[in-house]
Amino acid sequence: MTFEPGDRVRVLPSEKPGHVRTPAYLKGKAGWIETLIGEFPNPEELAYGHSGLPERPLYKVGFRQTDLWKDYRGPAEDCLYADIYEHWLEPERGTK
Amino acid sequence: MSNHSHEEAGTTSPYAARIRAIEALLLEKGVLTEPEVQDSIAYMEARSPANGAKLVARAWVDPDFKELLLADGKAAASKLHMDPEHPAEFIVVENTPEVHNLIVCTLCSCYPRAILGRPPDWYKSFEYRKRAVNEPRAVMRDFGFEPPEGVDVVVHDSTADARYMVLPMRPSGTECMDEEELAELVTRDALVGVNVPRSPSRTSLG
Repeated sequence: MTFEPGDRVRVLPSEKPGHVRTPAYLKGKAGWIETLIGEFPNPEELAYGHSGLPERPLYKVGFRQTDLWKDYRGPAEDCLYADIYEHWLEPERGTK
Repeated sequence: MSNHSHEEAGTTSPYAARIRAIEALLLEKGVLTEPEVQDSIAYMEARSPANGAKLVARAWVDPDFKELLLADGKAAASKLHMDPEHPAEFIVVENTPEVHNLIVCTLCSCYPRAILGRPPDWYKSFEYRKRAVNEPRAVMRDFGFEPPEGVDVVVHDSTADARYMVLPMRPSGTECMDEEELAELVTRDALVGVNVPRSPSRTSLG
């Protein structure tokens, strides 16, 4: 596995078209690996009738709400988790 | 063409017309049979938020079950004779005095259907999907719930192969209630996290 819980990561700002499971509002945003959920067939391939194999690691990734929305109204501790496939993540530069 | 109703609402929408046309074609070409369609509808209608309420009530009275529910949602559901068969993971997140959880699917309408059945219409609306991620506290306020001071709000966007359900906190004043009575307090809204369970004073225990 490339990432461990606690690793700082950034979601790739990719504009890949088609059936992707990475929501636009998280592209380019930085957060942390919370857990590895498991390995699953790649939905970007499955959606078009392919096998989706090999399976891809899927992580629960955490983000601070105040890092996602400039005008977020709530405490700095509020956060958001999303399930992101490994091939959409890169290590956040300049940190562990 | 079958005469069953797929949805209580929206049957005149272009999407509903398209679904009926696709269904008619699948039947005509023999890809599906009418009994298979009926079985599939019966499968979905056999699932309801009452399943989630049973899981929650058991977790409130049985610490070992709670541990299992939080560690392996499918195993816990199977233990209560629910059939969580679905390739997706079933993950239960716990509300605590420090954290309140909210579930959304911004990409579509992912929901633990194998346990809870069909999601409510508002869960699928663009408005909920947009607001739940960037103003979750305002969304809860609209549902009549304000997280107490000092409680962090955690949103779970079900973007991929996991489906989420909230394990709410047991309301105070329920110490003398049995599991069945407790389950009556657990609403669908509380399982999504837009609200908390009913308090016993607001419920008729009949």
